[in-house]
Amino acid sequence: MTGTAWRARAIQIGFVVVCVLGWIYVGNARLISPIFLPRFDRVMTELLRIVSNGTVFVYLGVTLFELFAAYALALAAGLTVGFLIGRSRFWVAVFEPLLNGIFAVPIVIFLPLFILFLGIGIESKIAFGATYAFFPIVLNTIGGIGAVDARFVTVAQSLGATRWQMFKRVLLPAALPVIVSGIRIGFLIGFFSIIGSEMIAGLDGLGSQIVQLGEGMNTAAMFAYILFVILIAAILNTLLSLLQSRFNRVAAAS
Amino acid sequence: MNLAMTDRAGLRLSPGWVRAGIVVLAVVAWEVAGHTILDPEFISPPSAVIAAFPRILADSDIRHAILVSFYELLAAFGIATVAGIALGVPIGLHRFTLRSALPLVLLIYSIPQVTVLPLFVLYFGIGPASKIAFGVSHGIFPILLNVVAGAQTVEPAHLKAARSMGAGRLLIFRRVVLPHMVPSLFSGLRLGMSATLLGVILAELYGSQAGIGYYTQVFTNSFDPAGMFALVAVLAVMAIILNEIVRRAERRASFWRVTAR
Repeated sequence: MTGTAWRARAIQIGFVVVCVLGWIYVGNARLISPIFLPRFDRVMTELLRIVSNGTVFVYLGVTLFELFAAYALALAAGLTVGFLIGRSRFWVAVFEPLLNGIFAVPIVIFLPLFILFLGIGIESKIAFGATYAFFPIVLNTIGGIGAVDARFVTVAQSLGATRWQMFKRVLLPAALPVIVSGIRIGFLIGFFSIIGSEMIAGLDGLGSQIVQLGEGMNTAAMFAYILFVILIAAILNTLLSLLQSRFNRVAAAS
Repeated sequence: MNLAMTDRAGLRLSPGWVRAGIVVLAVVAWEVAGHTILDPEFISPPSAVIAAFPRILADSDIRHAILVSFYELLAAFGIATVAGIALGVPIGLHRFTLRSALPLVLLIYSIPQVTVLPLFVLYFGIGPASKIAFGVSHGIFPILLNVVAGAQTVEPAHLKAARSMGAGRLLIFRRVVLPHMVPSLFSGLRLGMSATLLGVILAELYGSQAGIGYYTQVFTNSFDPAGMFALVAVLAVMAIILNEIVRRAERRASFWRVTAR
């Protein structure tokens, strides 16, 4: 990391420390009812308890299972459709505005339909997460292939490349950075929409657990679960950006 | 570049027409399927959805719900816009604030907002306030980040020139900073608009007794898909109208760019 990046990180850590100190102060001075803001130490004890006795991992397992199932569907569909459309400028011009338009409508409004069709179990969460994750993947795949320098394609064609060679040697490597960033955004959007759908109508998983604790006015445990989800999201995000930058370095070297 | 495709018969097809054709085909397929294979308790053909419009618009509760959602959306978008500009301009204009405040904005933005949705309901109640607040929390970040990016493009020389000619802060903002930011501001506004809509609808679905999000759930639970789709269409129209307003404002605000070309 460069100097500015270190400084930014230091500021962020300092901010978190200040927030935690403020939280402890507010809890000690009893400025806010513990139902609205539970004491910091109680939340931490709760967090340690759910992690050490493993309850949180049961819910995490359900949510991650939904996420990976949804993501597998979205990847397969998004990459296939994206490549099929992205190969031809004509079909890109036909479909890109259409897909962008659909993505602009909040798909969450159809969540009641997903629940109606697939029930309140994990199936509706998988389908909903897959729908949300599909769009960034397909749009970035189309965009990535569309942005491949036309000269590369012409050169490969004039050298007599077959369709498969064109795909493997020209289109795929040149489009990959953009596609990979779509794949990453799709993963995160899929994660958040699954948590959201669990909250709105779910029986299991982290999202529904947060809501149930909140409805039981057990705010300390609810805060612990929320912190846990934020941590998981941060870990997933860091892993993905590490993968992405490693990937881009390999791609740039080859 | 000419994107028209010539088929074997020599007919030239433009992408726009093909797109319209696909949409029409999809609607026809939906209509046919709605009368044959689909369960009418789960999904209705487009004709039934259109027929449902007068019915749902005649219901004063639903008219009220549409107004409530529109009010929440407008309020949230307004607050997100004002706050996004008010915070983004000072952050983007100075190196010191950029380096110290931007990391904080990015840190807060990295928190997945859905996870804190129950907190918004806890603090703001189940009325419109929690929807507006949640909408603001979604909408403000795209606006703020784009404003920051836009403010960074302002030429320091222009700022210096304006200052040396004795322009006050407000005048500098209106005449120098704002015109420079127009392109990124408006792309932020458009992103912020759809993010706000997402936040408001999410909060309405999560817990409320009013608004479009609530009634879509009511319609779905009472096996009235035609009413549900009609409401979604109302929502889509709402989103399109607001998007169009932003686009028009963009064209008006960037008139000088066109004449400069």
